[in-house]
Amino acid sequence: MASLDDLKKRISSVKSTQKITKAMKMVAASKLRRAQESAEKGRPYSDKMNNIILNLSNSIADKENSPKLLTGSGEDKVHLCIVMTSDRGLCGGFNTNIIKKAKLYFQKIIEAGKILKIITVGSKGYDQLKRTYKENIIEKISFKETKNTNYFDADKVGKIIISKFEKKEFDICTIFYNQFKNVITQIPQEQQIIPLIATESEGNSSEDNYEFEPEEDEILSNLLPKNISTQIFKAMLENSASEQGSRMSAMDNATRNAGEMVDKLTIQYNRSRQAAITKELIEIISGAESL
Amino acid sequence: MSEQFNLEIVSPEKSFLKKDNVTEVVVPAFEGEMGILKDHISIISFLKPGIVKIISGSEEESFYVDDGIVEFKDNSLSILTSNIFNIKNSDKAKLQEMVKQAEADLADENLNDQKRFIISQKVEVLKSLSLN
Repeated sequence: MASLDDLKKRISSVKSTQKITKAMKMVAASKLRRAQESAEKGRPYSDKMNNIILNLSNSIADKENSPKLLTGSGEDKVHLCIVMTSDRGLCGGFNTNIIKKAKLYFQKIIEAGKILKIITVGSKGYDQLKRTYKENIIEKISFKETKNTNYFDADKVGKIIISKFEKKEFDICTIFYNQFKNVITQIPQEQQIIPLIATESEGNSSEDNYEFEPEEDEILSNLLPKNISTQIFKAMLENSASEQGSRMSAMDNATRNAGEMVDKLTIQYNRSRQAAITKELIEIISGAESL
Repeated sequence: MSEQFNLEIVSPEKSFLKKDNVTEVVVPAFEGEMGILKDHISIISFLKPGIVKIISGSEEESFYVDDGIVEFKDNSLSILTSNIFNIKNSDKAKLQEMVKQAEADLADENLNDQKRFIISQKVEVLKSLSLN
Protein backbone atom coordinates (compact mmCIF):
# COMPACT_ATOMS: atom_id res chain seq x y z
CA MET A 1 0.00 0.00 0.00
CA ALA A 2 1.17 3.47 -0.84
CA SER A 3 2.55 5.41 2.06
CA LEU A 4 0.87 8.53 3.33
CA ASP A 5 3.47 10.76 1.79
CA ASP A 6 3.01 9.20 -1.63
CA LEU A 7 -0.72 9.70 -1.46
CA LYS A 8 -0.29 13.32 -0.48
CA LYS A 9 1.97 13.92 -3.45
CA ARG A 10 -0.47 12.31 -5.83
CA ILE A 11 -3.34 14.36 -4.55
CA SER A 12 -1.48 17.60 -5.04
CA SER A 13 -0.34 16.60 -8.53
CA VAL A 14 -3.88 15.74 -9.60
CA LYS A 15 -5.05 19.02 -8.16
CA SER A 16 -2.58 21.02 -10.20
CA THR A 17 -3.56 19.11 -13.34
CA GLN A 18 -7.12 20.05 -12.57
CA LYS A 19 -6.13 23.69 -12.36
CA ILE A 20 -4.56 23.52 -15.80
CA THR A 21 -7.52 21.82 -17.44
CA LYS A 22 -9.86 24.29 -15.80
CA ALA A 23 -7.85 27.21 -17.13
CA MET A 24 -7.79 25.66 -20.60
CA LYS A 25 -11.52 25.25 -20.47
CA MET A 26 -12.01 28.91 -19.63
CA VAL A 27 -9.70 30.01 -22.42
CA ALA A 28 -11.50 27.76 -24.89
CA ALA A 29 -14.84 29.12 -23.78
CA SER A 30 -13.88 32.70 -24.43
CA LYS A 31 -12.23 31.82 -27.73
CA LEU A 32 -15.29 29.86 -28.69
CA ARG A 33 -17.46 32.91 -28.27
CA ARG A 34 -15.26 34.90 -30.58
CA ALA A 35 -15.01 32.11 -33.13
CA GLN A 36 -18.75 31.65 -33.12
CA GLU A 37 -19.28 35.34 -33.64
CA SER A 38 -16.99 35.50 -36.61
CA ALA A 39 -18.55 32.37 -38.06
CA GLU A 40 -21.91 34.08 -37.87
CA LYS A 41 -20.59 37.28 -39.35
CA GLY A 42 -19.08 35.40 -42.24
CA ARG A 43 -22.31 33.70 -43.14
CA PRO A 44 -23.98 36.50 -45.17
CA TYR A 45 -21.04 36.68 -47.55
CA SER A 46 -20.98 33.01 -48.41
CA ASP A 47 -24.78 32.85 -48.60
CA LYS A 48 -24.94 35.79 -50.99
CA MET A 49 -22.13 34.38 -53.05
CA ASN A 50 -23.95 31.09 -53.27
CA ASN A 51 -27.14 32.80 -54.37
CA ILE A 52 -25.47 34.80 -57.09
CA ILE A 53 -23.69 31.78 -58.46
CA LEU A 54 -26.92 29.86 -58.45
CA ASN A 55 -28.67 32.61 -60.37
CA LEU A 56 -25.83 32.82 -62.80
CA SER A 57 -25.52 29.14 -63.47
CA ASN A 58 -29.24 28.90 -64.01
CA SER A 59 -29.20 31.58 -66.64
CA ILE A 60 -26.31 30.14 -68.57
CA ALA A 61 -27.79 28.61 -71.65
CA ASP A 62 -24.70 27.10 -73.12
CA LYS A 63 -23.64 24.54 -70.51
CA GLU A 64 -20.98 23.05 -72.73
CA ASN A 65 -18.83 26.13 -72.78
CA SER A 66 -19.30 27.25 -69.22
CA PRO A 67 -16.20 27.48 -67.05
CA LYS A 68 -14.47 24.28 -66.09
CA LEU A 69 -14.62 25.12 -62.41
CA LEU A 70 -18.38 24.79 -62.57
CA THR A 71 -18.75 21.73 -64.70
CA GLY A 72 -15.53 19.92 -63.88
CA SER A 73 -12.96 18.61 -66.28
CA GLY A 74 -15.35 15.97 -67.53
CA GLU A 75 -13.32 13.19 -66.00
CA ASP A 76 -13.35 11.40 -62.72
CA LYS A 77 -9.86 10.05 -62.30
CA VAL A 78 -7.89 12.08 -59.83
CA HIS A 79 -9.46 13.11 -56.57
CA LEU A 80 -8.03 15.89 -54.47
CA CYS A 81 -9.00 15.96 -50.83
CA ILE A 82 -8.46 18.95 -48.61
CA VAL A 83 -8.41 17.78 -45.01
CA MET A 84 -8.82 20.67 -42.63
CA THR A 85 -7.80 20.12 -39.03
CA SER A 86 -6.47 22.17 -36.16
CA ASP A 87 -2.89 23.05 -35.37
CA ARG A 88 -3.18 22.15 -31.72
CA GLY A 89 -4.13 19.04 -29.87
CA LEU A 90 -6.00 18.49 -26.64
CA CYS A 91 -9.37 19.05 -28.19
CA GLY A 92 -11.08 15.72 -27.72
CA GLY A 93 -12.23 13.89 -30.80
CA PHE A 94 -12.12 16.93 -33.04
CA ASN A 95 -9.24 15.95 -35.31
CA THR A 96 -9.87 12.23 -35.08
CA ASN A 97 -13.43 12.64 -36.31
CA ILE A 98 -12.39 14.52 -39.43
CA ILE A 99 -9.62 12.04 -40.14
CA LYS A 100 -11.99 9.13 -39.70
CA LYS A 101 -14.44 10.62 -42.17
CA ALA A 102 -11.67 11.40 -44.61
CA LYS A 103 -10.13 7.94 -44.37
CA LEU A 104 -13.44 6.34 -45.18
CA TYR A 105 -13.62 8.43 -48.33
CA PHE A 106 -9.99 7.69 -49.21
CA GLN A 107 -10.66 3.98 -49.06
CA LYS A 108 -13.61 4.29 -51.39
CA ILE A 109 -11.51 6.16 -53.91
CA ILE A 110 -8.62 3.75 -53.74
CA GLU A 111 -10.92 0.75 -54.04
CA ALA A 112 -12.48 2.31 -57.11
CA GLY A 113 -9.01 2.43 -58.64
CA LYS A 114 -8.76 6.19 -58.76
CA ILE A 115 -5.84 8.37 -57.93
CA LEU A 116 -5.87 10.07 -54.57
CA LYS A 117 -4.13 13.32 -53.71
CA ILE A 118 -4.28 14.98 -50.33
CA ILE A 119 -3.65 18.47 -49.09
CA THR A 120 -3.67 18.88 -45.35
CA VAL A 121 -4.52 22.19 -43.74
CA GLY A 122 -3.48 22.23 -40.11
CA SER A 123 -0.57 20.25 -38.71
CA LYS A 124 -2.55 17.73 -36.67
CA GLY A 125 -4.16 16.26 -39.74
CA TYR A 126 -0.78 15.81 -41.36
CA ASP A 127 0.57 14.06 -38.28
CA GLN A 128 -2.25 11.57 -38.32
CA LEU A 129 -2.33 10.94 -42.05
CA LYS A 130 1.35 10.71 -42.80
CA ARG A 131 1.60 7.18 -41.46
CA THR A 132 -0.81 5.62 -43.94
CA TYR A 133 -1.01 8.08 -46.79
CA LYS A 134 2.46 9.55 -46.97
CA GLU A 135 2.76 9.19 -50.74
CA ASN A 136 -0.63 10.75 -51.35
CA ILE A 137 0.01 13.98 -49.50
CA ILE A 138 1.10 16.54 -52.04
CA GLU A 139 1.08 19.58 -49.83
CA LYS A 140 0.71 20.53 -46.20
CA ILE A 141 -0.41 23.95 -45.14
CA SER A 142 -0.44 25.26 -41.63
CA PHE A 143 -1.42 28.61 -40.21
CA LYS A 144 0.18 28.28 -36.83
CA GLU A 145 1.36 31.87 -36.79
CA THR A 146 -1.95 33.57 -37.47
CA LYS A 147 -4.06 33.96 -34.39
CA ASN A 148 -7.48 34.44 -35.89
CA THR A 149 -8.89 32.90 -38.99
CA ASN A 150 -8.73 35.44 -41.77
CA TYR A 151 -9.76 35.56 -45.36
CA PHE A 152 -6.27 35.94 -46.76
CA ASP A 153 -5.22 32.55 -45.45
CA ALA A 154 -8.27 31.00 -47.04
CA ASP A 155 -7.51 32.83 -50.25
CA LYS A 156 -4.00 31.38 -50.26
CA VAL A 157 -5.37 27.86 -50.02
CA GLY A 158 -7.94 28.67 -52.69
CA LYS A 159 -5.29 29.91 -55.06
CA ILE A 160 -3.21 26.79 -54.59
CA ILE A 161 -6.22 24.66 -55.44
CA ILE A 162 -7.12 26.68 -58.50
CA SER A 163 -3.62 26.69 -59.91
CA LYS A 164 -3.49 22.93 -59.48
CA PHE A 165 -6.83 22.60 -61.23
CA GLU A 166 -5.66 24.74 -64.13
CA LYS A 167 -2.63 22.53 -64.48
CA LYS A 168 -5.06 19.61 -64.67
CA GLU A 169 -3.59 17.92 -61.64
CA PHE A 170 -6.96 16.71 -60.43
CA ASP A 171 -10.57 16.34 -61.55
CA ILE A 172 -12.62 16.44 -58.39
CA CYS A 173 -11.95 18.34 -55.22
CA THR A 174 -13.54 17.66 -51.84
CA ILE A 175 -12.97 19.41 -48.54
CA PHE A 176 -13.29 17.88 -45.10
CA TYR A 177 -14.06 19.93 -42.04
CA ASN A 178 -16.11 19.93 -38.88
CA GLN A 179 -19.36 21.78 -38.89
CA PHE A 180 -20.16 23.51 -35.66
CA LYS A 181 -23.56 22.63 -34.33
CA ASN A 182 -23.16 23.27 -30.64
CA VAL A 183 -20.53 22.86 -27.96
CA ILE A 184 -21.09 19.13 -27.63
CA THR A 185 -21.79 18.23 -31.25
CA GLN A 186 -19.61 18.90 -34.22
CA ILE A 187 -20.43 17.11 -37.40
CA PRO A 188 -17.61 16.12 -39.74
CA GLN A 189 -18.51 17.20 -43.25
CA GLU A 190 -17.38 16.34 -46.73
CA GLN A 191 -18.17 18.91 -49.35
CA GLN A 192 -17.36 18.79 -53.00
CA ILE A 193 -16.22 22.14 -54.33
CA ILE A 194 -14.98 21.29 -57.82
CA PRO A 195 -17.09 20.72 -59.85
CA LEU A 196 -19.49 22.83 -57.88
CA ILE A 197 -22.66 21.30 -56.61
CA ALA A 198 -24.96 24.21 -56.13
CA THR A 199 -27.20 23.81 -53.14
CA GLU A 200 -30.58 25.40 -53.48
CA SER A 201 -31.05 27.78 -50.60
CA GLU A 202 -34.36 28.87 -49.20
CA GLY A 203 -36.23 31.87 -50.43
CA ASN A 204 -34.33 32.02 -53.64
CA SER A 205 -36.32 32.44 -56.78
CA SER A 206 -34.20 31.48 -59.70
CA GLU A 207 -36.74 32.84 -62.15
CA ASP A 208 -35.37 36.35 -62.01
CA ASN A 209 -34.25 37.97 -65.16
CA TYR A 210 -30.94 39.57 -64.55
CA GLU A 211 -28.99 41.86 -66.69
CA PHE A 212 -25.33 40.95 -66.80
CA GLU A 213 -22.39 43.11 -67.40
CA PRO A 214 -20.13 41.72 -68.87
CA GLU A 215 -21.40 38.37 -70.16
CA GLU A 216 -22.59 35.64 -67.81
CA ASP A 217 -19.73 33.28 -68.39
CA GLU A 218 -17.19 36.00 -67.90
CA ILE A 219 -18.66 36.94 -64.56
CA LEU A 220 -18.89 33.31 -63.65
CA SER A 221 -15.30 32.57 -64.47
CA ASN A 222 -14.34 35.50 -62.30
CA LEU A 223 -16.63 34.53 -59.50
CA LEU A 224 -15.93 30.83 -59.21
CA PRO A 225 -12.34 31.11 -57.98
CA LYS A 226 -13.59 33.54 -55.36
CA ASN A 227 -16.28 31.13 -54.38
CA ILE A 228 -13.70 28.44 -53.72
CA SER A 229 -11.80 30.72 -51.37
CA THR A 230 -15.08 31.64 -49.74
CA GLN A 231 -16.04 28.03 -49.21
CA ILE A 232 -12.66 27.32 -47.70
CA PHE A 233 -12.94 30.37 -45.50
CA LYS A 234 -16.33 29.21 -44.34
CA ALA A 235 -14.92 25.78 -43.56
CA MET A 236 -12.07 27.40 -41.64
CA LEU A 237 -14.47 29.45 -39.56
CA GLU A 238 -16.66 26.46 -38.80
CA ASN A 239 -13.56 24.50 -37.96
CA SER A 240 -12.19 27.03 -35.54
CA ALA A 241 -15.51 27.29 -33.74
CA SER A 242 -15.72 23.49 -33.60
CA GLU A 243 -12.17 23.21 -32.34
CA GLN A 244 -12.80 25.52 -29.43
CA GLY A 245 -16.13 23.88 -28.65
CA SER A 246 -14.59 20.45 -28.72
CA ARG A 247 -11.69 21.56 -26.57
CA MET A 248 -14.04 23.16 -24.12
CA SER A 249 -16.06 20.02 -23.57
CA ALA A 250 -12.93 17.84 -23.48
CA MET A 251 -11.38 20.06 -20.83
CA ASP A 252 -14.64 20.13 -18.90
CA ASN A 253 -14.59 16.36 -18.79
CA ALA A 254 -10.96 16.32 -17.74
CA THR A 255 -11.65 18.76 -14.93
CA ARG A 256 -14.51 16.64 -13.69
CA ASN A 257 -12.45 13.47 -13.85
CA ALA A 258 -9.65 15.10 -11.92
CA GLY A 259 -12.14 16.17 -9.26
CA GLU A 260 -13.41 12.62 -8.90
CA MET A 261 -9.88 11.35 -8.63
CA VAL A 262 -9.02 13.86 -5.93
CA ASP A 263 -12.06 12.77 -3.93
CA LYS A 264 -11.13 9.12 -4.22
CA LEU A 265 -7.54 9.72 -3.26
CA THR A 266 -8.54 11.88 -0.31
CA ILE A 267 -10.75 9.11 1.08
CA GLN A 268 -7.93 6.66 0.63
CA TYR A 269 -5.54 9.04 2.35
CA ASN A 270 -7.85 9.58 5.30
CA ARG A 271 -8.48 5.87 5.72
CA SER A 272 -4.86 4.93 5.72
CA ARG A 273 -4.06 7.76 8.10
CA GLN A 274 -6.68 6.47 10.48
CA ALA A 275 -5.45 2.93 10.09
CA ALA A 276 -1.98 4.08 11.01
CA ILE A 277 -3.26 5.87 14.13
CA THR A 278 -5.30 2.85 15.22
CA LYS A 279 -2.28 0.63 14.71
CA GLU A 280 -0.13 2.86 16.86
CA LEU A 281 -2.78 2.92 19.61
CA ILE A 282 -3.06 -0.85 19.62
CA GLU A 283 0.68 -1.11 19.90
CA ILE A 284 0.78 1.25 22.87
CA ILE A 285 -2.13 -0.43 24.67
CA SER A 286 -0.87 -3.95 24.19
CA GLY A 287 2.57 -2.80 25.27
CA ALA A 288 1.10 -1.37 28.49
CA GLU A 289 -0.96 -4.50 29.12
CA SER A 290 2.00 -6.80 28.91
CA LEU A 291 3.78 -4.98 31.70
CA MET B 1 -42.48 58.35 -53.34
CA SER B 2 -39.15 58.14 -51.74
CA GLU B 3 -36.17 57.58 -53.89
CA GLN B 4 -34.35 55.46 -51.38
CA PHE B 5 -33.23 51.86 -51.54
CA ASN B 6 -31.34 49.36 -49.42
CA LEU B 7 -27.63 48.77 -49.51
CA GLU B 8 -25.59 46.05 -47.91
CA ILE B 9 -21.87 45.68 -48.20
CA VAL B 10 -20.44 42.39 -46.96
CA SER B 11 -16.87 41.25 -46.67
CA PRO B 12 -15.91 37.66 -45.85
CA GLU B 13 -15.26 38.56 -42.25
CA LYS B 14 -18.36 40.55 -41.49
CA SER B 15 -21.27 42.55 -42.75
CA PHE B 16 -19.43 45.79 -43.41
CA LEU B 17 -22.22 48.28 -43.93
CA LYS B 18 -25.98 48.24 -43.98
CA LYS B 19 -28.12 51.20 -44.96
CA ASP B 20 -31.70 51.65 -45.99
CA ASN B 21 -31.76 55.29 -46.99
CA VAL B 22 -29.44 55.32 -49.95
CA THR B 23 -30.40 57.40 -52.96
CA GLU B 24 -27.54 56.68 -55.31
CA VAL B 25 -24.55 54.42 -55.47
CA VAL B 26 -21.72 54.69 -57.96
CA VAL B 27 -19.69 51.51 -58.34
CA PRO B 28 -16.55 50.90 -60.39
CA ALA B 29 -17.99 48.14 -62.56
CA PHE B 30 -15.72 46.18 -64.81
CA GLU B 31 -16.77 47.98 -67.94
CA GLY B 32 -16.84 51.44 -66.45
CA GLU B 33 -18.39 53.35 -63.61
CA MET B 34 -22.01 52.58 -63.03
CA GLY B 35 -24.50 54.68 -61.10
CA ILE B 36 -27.41 52.87 -59.57
CA LEU B 37 -30.65 54.58 -58.62
CA LYS B 38 -33.90 53.23 -57.28
CA ASP B 39 -35.82 50.81 -59.51
CA HIS B 40 -32.77 49.87 -61.51
CA ILE B 41 -33.22 46.65 -63.46
CA SER B 42 -31.89 43.50 -61.72
CA ILE B 43 -28.24 43.31 -62.52
CA ILE B 44 -25.14 41.34 -61.62
CA SER B 45 -21.74 42.70 -62.38
CA PHE B 46 -18.27 42.56 -60.97
CA LEU B 47 -16.05 45.33 -59.80
CA LYS B 48 -12.57 46.41 -60.58
CA PRO B 49 -10.45 48.20 -57.97
CA GLY B 50 -11.86 51.65 -57.43
CA ILE B 51 -14.07 53.90 -55.40
CA VAL B 52 -17.60 53.11 -54.34
CA LYS B 53 -19.53 56.29 -53.76
CA ILE B 54 -22.62 56.10 -51.61
CA ILE B 55 -25.00 59.03 -51.63
CA SER B 56 -27.83 59.13 -49.14
CA GLY B 57 -29.64 62.43 -49.38
CA SER B 58 -27.08 65.13 -48.81
CA GLU B 59 -24.56 62.77 -47.25
CA GLU B 60 -21.82 61.25 -49.33
CA GLU B 61 -19.38 58.54 -48.40
CA SER B 62 -16.58 56.96 -50.38
CA PHE B 63 -14.98 53.58 -49.97
CA TYR B 64 -12.12 51.89 -51.68
CA VAL B 65 -12.72 48.32 -52.91
CA ASP B 66 -10.22 45.84 -54.25
CA ASP B 67 -12.64 43.68 -56.15
CA GLY B 68 -16.14 42.43 -55.72
CA ILE B 69 -19.51 41.51 -57.06
CA VAL B 70 -22.58 43.71 -57.13
CA GLU B 71 -26.07 42.42 -57.28
CA PHE B 72 -29.11 44.64 -57.54
CA LYS B 73 -32.51 43.12 -57.12
CA ASP B 74 -35.87 44.36 -55.83
CA ASN B 75 -34.38 47.66 -54.76
CA SER B 76 -31.69 46.18 -52.65
CA LEU B 77 -28.09 46.38 -53.63
CA SER B 78 -25.52 43.92 -52.32
CA ILE B 79 -21.83 44.45 -52.75
CA LEU B 80 -19.55 41.53 -51.96
CA THR B 81 -15.93 42.42 -51.63
CA SER B 82 -12.85 40.92 -50.07
CA ASN B 83 -11.17 44.20 -49.15
CA ILE B 84 -12.88 47.46 -48.38
CA PHE B 85 -12.12 50.56 -46.32
CA ASN B 86 -13.44 54.04 -45.87
CA ILE B 87 -11.29 56.59 -47.65
CA LYS B 88 -11.64 59.03 -44.78
CA ASN B 89 -9.92 56.68 -42.36
CA SER B 90 -7.28 55.43 -44.70
CA ASP B 91 -3.72 55.76 -43.62
CA LYS B 92 -1.12 57.06 -46.05
CA ALA B 93 1.66 54.69 -45.13
CA LYS B 94 -0.62 51.71 -45.56
CA LEU B 95 -1.77 52.97 -48.93
CA GLN B 96 1.78 53.34 -50.13
CA GLU B 97 2.52 49.84 -49.00
CA MET B 98 -0.46 48.60 -50.99
CA VAL B 99 0.78 50.47 -54.05
CA LYS B 100 4.14 48.78 -53.69
CA GLN B 101 2.54 45.38 -53.31
CA ALA B 102 0.37 45.91 -56.37
CA GLU B 103 3.33 47.08 -58.41
CA ALA B 104 5.24 44.00 -57.39
CA ASP B 105 2.29 41.89 -58.52
CA LEU B 106 2.30 43.68 -61.82
CA ALA B 107 5.91 42.71 -62.44
CA ASP B 108 4.91 39.06 -62.67
CA GLU B 109 5.16 38.06 -66.29
CA ASN B 110 2.73 35.18 -66.16
CA LEU B 111 -0.29 37.40 -65.75
CA ASN B 112 -3.01 37.24 -68.30
CA ASP B 113 -4.30 40.44 -69.83
CA GLN B 114 -7.36 40.69 -67.69
CA LYS B 115 -5.46 40.35 -64.45
CA ARG B 116 -2.85 42.79 -65.66
CA PHE B 117 -5.57 45.29 -66.41
CA ILE B 118 -7.13 44.87 -63.00
CA ILE B 119 -3.87 45.27 -61.15
CA SER B 120 -2.77 48.29 -63.12
CA GLN B 121 -6.14 49.81 -62.34
CA LYS B 122 -5.49 49.13 -58.71
CA VAL B 123 -2.11 50.84 -58.83
CA GLU B 124 -3.66 53.87 -60.45
CA VAL B 125 -6.46 54.26 -57.95
CA LEU B 126 -4.26 53.66 -54.95
CA LYS B 127 -1.68 56.13 -56.18
CA SER B 128 -4.22 58.86 -56.66
CA LEU B 129 -5.55 58.14 -53.19
CA SER B 130 -2.19 58.28 -51.52
CA LEU B 131 -1.42 61.61 -53.16
CA ASN B 132 -4.47 63.40 -51.82
